[in-house]
Amino acid sequence: MTETSPPAGRSPRVTANVCQAAGCVSLRSVELSKDLGDRLQKAGVTDAAVKRVGCLGLCAEGPLVRVPETGQLFSEVGVGSEAEAALVEHLATADPTREPRPKPSSFFASQVPIVLENSGLVDPEDIDDYIARSGYEALTTALTEMTPAQVIDQIVVSGLRGRGGAGFPVGIKWQTVAKSTTTDHKYVICNADEGDPGAFMDRSVLESDPHRVLEGMAIAAYAVGADSGYVYCRAEYPLAIKRLKTAIRQARRKGMLGQNIGDSQFNFHVEVRLGAGAFVCGEETALIASIEGQRGTPRPRPPYPAVSGLRGRPTLINNVESLANIAPIIRNGGEWYAKTGVGRSKGTKVFALAGRVVRTGLIEVPMGMTLREVIFDIGGGILDNRPFKAVQTGGPSGGCLPAEMLDTTLDYESLSEKGSIMGSGGMIVLDDTSCMVDVARYFMDFSRDESCGKCIPCRSGTTQLRMLLDKIVEGNADMLDLSRLEELASMVKATSLCGLGQNAPNPVLSTLRYFRSEYLAHIKERTCPAGVCAIASGEAKTS
Amino acid sequence: MRQASPKAPSDDKRWRMIDARIRRLGSSPDALIEVLHTAQEAFGYLDPETLAYVGAALGVPPSRTYGVATFYSHFTLKPQGKHTCVVCTGTACYIGGARGIIKRISQDLNIGPGETTEDKRISLLTARCIGACSLAPAVVFDDDVQGKLSPDDVMTHLEQL
Repeated sequence: MTETSPPAGRSPRVTANVCQAAGCVSLRSVELSKDLGDRLQKAGVTDAAVKRVGCLGLCAEGPLVRVPETGQLFSEVGVGSEAEAALVEHLATADPTREPRPKPSSFFASQVPIVLENSGLVDPEDIDDYIARSGYEALTTALTEMTPAQVIDQIVVSGLRGRGGAGFPVGIKWQTVAKSTTTDHKYVICNADEGDPGAFMDRSVLESDPHRVLEGMAIAAYAVGADSGYVYCRAEYPLAIKRLKTAIRQARRKGMLGQNIGDSQFNFHVEVRLGAGAFVCGEETALIASIEGQRGTPRPRPPYPAVSGLRGRPTLINNVESLANIAPIIRNGGEWYAKTGVGRSKGTKVFALAGRVVRTGLIEVPMGMTLREVIFDIGGGILDNRPFKAVQTGGPSGGCLPAEMLDTTLDYESLSEKGSIMGSGGMIVLDDTSCMVDVARYFMDFSRDESCGKCIPCRSGTTQLRMLLDKIVEGNADMLDLSRLEELASMVKATSLCGLGQNAPNPVLSTLRYFRSEYLAHIKERTCPAGVCAIASGEAKTS
Repeated sequence: MRQASPKAPSDDKRWRMIDARIRRLGSSPDALIEVLHTAQEAFGYLDPETLAYVGAALGVPPSRTYGVATFYSHFTLKPQGKHTCVVCTGTACYIGGARGIIKRISQDLNIGPGETTEDKRISLLTARCIGACSLAPAVVFDDDVQGKLSPDDVMTHLEQL
């Protein structure tokens, strides 16, 4: 998929890696790569190439182009812009052997790319490009030199935990599925139903490096003894689905999926299944129901899918990012992976940094980095120099942490101790223009709408919680409503059937914990301190 | 035991696409959601006739077909306007002004989310999150994602569709 390339046999002097992930594509980066090719040709430059790659990370400044040979990053390269002219000039004249490499900007300096190591470097629609960067090497090693038990051992040693949000140890899940006996099939499912609003890690990984996920699935299948698998991807990600399907086709042709993979006895078939806009399908038993063509409602566990999952067979379900970590762990060893991170949280985590922060985008940082480092060093602080108010992690299942908690480290334990969760990686920064009660109401509205309706605490509880929050933001609540809110939130948390209901009260509970004064202002003074909620300010209403 | 596969409701070529998808997935009840996706892509929405046909072809009772089609928000049982305008209401877009955009469209075009203008030109929809958070607030006009929009920008785009 290279737009222009130098004559056969000669590698280009410089390459323009043009980001083709959804963010930059919507800023016309596809047209940009064509235009760059035309301009280079017109200028008679024959030793520069234009290559389409995945996400370059700094989504706020797209369309992005990186020249890997010189290390230069060009941002806001619109078709016909001055930045494009500068880029063409650079491509025409730069001498990578001489040019001093620029110091990485603070956005990139402290990142540790493991999941994203290929992102922005490989062409996501070209398997050969992936293979050239050690792609499918880990699968081949596993198949030829390791027993399934040895593969699982490496994953256990790595300390990798589920990146979908709950943080269950991946190795232990694999062990359970491997031990489950069955008369016929086992399945591996990749959970790509990234539903948290404000999260786009899995979309970017699938759009930027789809083979990495397929390789992880195939290694997992070998380890647990599965022979077929599904990628359950949300329908809202057309580009990710397209690239995934292309990758599956290419991998089949190369013998990396299908029968007798890498000339071994191992068979593994993968198909894509589309979600249809139901957040609850991120829960594993609901996801299985959806793949079986039914309404996506969860069921009580046990039995866990590892024992009885898809079509009643043992099923391994891992999230996109978890699976994207597998190939490097097998390539470099579990101990290598466990060197990064802190405490019981090993390795790195990918975050989608968004909201009122200067540099939004996709980042990958070692576990144990503080929120402050992420928001102020990598993210460049708050937009328009406004004061920081809160950071929201974990979407509708997570919580909001205030400025006093900025030195909290990013690991599973620290975040849940503070009343939030790691979640799947959405990180939304809020400034003083946001009202925390309104934010809590926003998430409760989300959970109410997405509740599948199967269990009563979640179905009725989220509705009642939303009504109580409505009363507060409208300035019609009294102190009794506040205690009802707290009581009901704890009840819904304790009694709901699945993670959706159990975590739905988290945004309310965490804002009550850290921003109680805002609730009190709405109730007692009938004012919204942030000026967001439509209360006739100062006027006490009689209800 | 399943009965012989039903006959397509009309000669419309789009039924052949749906039949092909059904065959490819082995006519099994598992395939319901996949086939509904294909049908919605072909016809733009799922009418009672389509639901009945797909259900019969896969051996799924009408109650379950209807249950699935109404459970998932991606499926629509109403015809859409000529153009669709999907306002993202993800967290970043919400705090970035999605609410104001919806309010403005509702006021100017006299439609709420999920509704279509009287002249059937524009349908207003909302999305939970389209994953374009760096472009917040984002709106998808037909299949074209546009970001960092003010309510005025949105109205201009809608006029130009």
